[in-house]
Amino acid sequence: MKITLKLFATFRNGRFKIAEQELAEGTEVRQVVLSLGLTEEEIGIVMLNGRHGELDSTLSHGDILSLFPLVGGG
Amino acid sequence: MRKVITFLKEQTKDGLLPWSAQDATAKRFKLSHAAVELLALQNGLFPARYQRNRNMIQIEQQLRLFKSRVAVIGCGGLGGYVLEELARLGVGQIVAIDPDIFEEHNLNRQILSTPASLGQPKVEAAAERLAQINPAVTVTAIQDAFCLANGLELLAGAHVAVDALDSIPYRLELAEVCNTAGIPMVHGAIGGWYGHVASQFPGETTVQQIYRHYVAGKGIEQQLGNPSFTPAVVASLEVAEVCKILLGTGEPLRNRKLSIDLLEMEMQEISYAPVVVTLVDAA
Repeated sequence: MKITLKLFATFRNGRFKIAEQELAEGTEVRQVVLSLGLTEEEIGIVMLNGRHGELDSTLSHGDILSLFPLVGGG
Repeated sequence: MRKVITFLKEQTKDGLLPWSAQDATAKRFKLSHAAVELLALQNGLFPARYQRNRNMIQIEQQLRLFKSRVAVIGCGGLGGYVLEELARLGVGQIVAIDPDIFEEHNLNRQILSTPASLGQPKVEAAAERLAQINPAVTVTAIQDAFCLANGLELLAGAHVAVDALDSIPYRLELAEVCNTAGIPMVHGAIGGWYGHVASQFPGETTVQQIYRHYVAGKGIEQQLGNPSFTPAVVASLEVAEVCKILLGTGEPLRNRKLSIDLLEMEMQEISYAPVVVTLVDAA
């Protein structure tokens, strides 16, 4: 299956803004995060098709997955 | 009081009450600037200092802002701008909470900091600045760290709480206290070129959801720091939210979060599922 993966803010550094990814059926968001060389601790927001998603959300063909880093300053 | 009102009315020109008249009234009748402004607004006299508000904020709304109490938790990067804008907007009671003093690394962005204020408590600088900007505003300065233990006390009477904290765990405590107290919370956070804003109403868990994956430590601000402009942008968005919530107008960022990227100039909106409120069957 294919998904569209969008990266935001510092996650783009040395990677990409948007890319199509070919994944095995049943792949979870967490596996995509780890495959990018990111850790769970670095993840702020998981957005799946425009809505809040989870690290253990299972992806489906055609999904748009967006990952944002943790932002907490003031 | 009738004498005061008559005196104020005599000095109102073209429907506007000049600041000099407010000041003279306070001195002549030995009243606080807050008392004079309240009387003016209650009697349909629009303080001239708010005249550029007038076509978007009606006098009864200006009165509502003046009678509102807003707590600002954190008086650093975000908080400095939030306080400045709330006072200029005409919010009558402002609670400024922060345990810290100004340090040199604050000077690149924290509007309340100056070389002369290094070592000064942030809330003290806040109270001095707001007294200069708008003497009609009542400022309560609290030099203490906000937490679960003192939160309810610090937020007592507040209509809205503004998150200008720099710590995710404290922010989550603020969200919890706001829910317990039934106070809407405007959440903002920044790091480098990036930031986000959301508003959480009582019973909602948007802030908890935003930090759902949080484990420990800080966000990207730890590596990137913060420049001068990101706090100004995010703080202004927060104040716009406060203004709308106090006036019950417009569409706040409810069940949604606005993410801002100032490097690529992109904004993203993320939706959060509204919390299903379980109704307790009284029978």
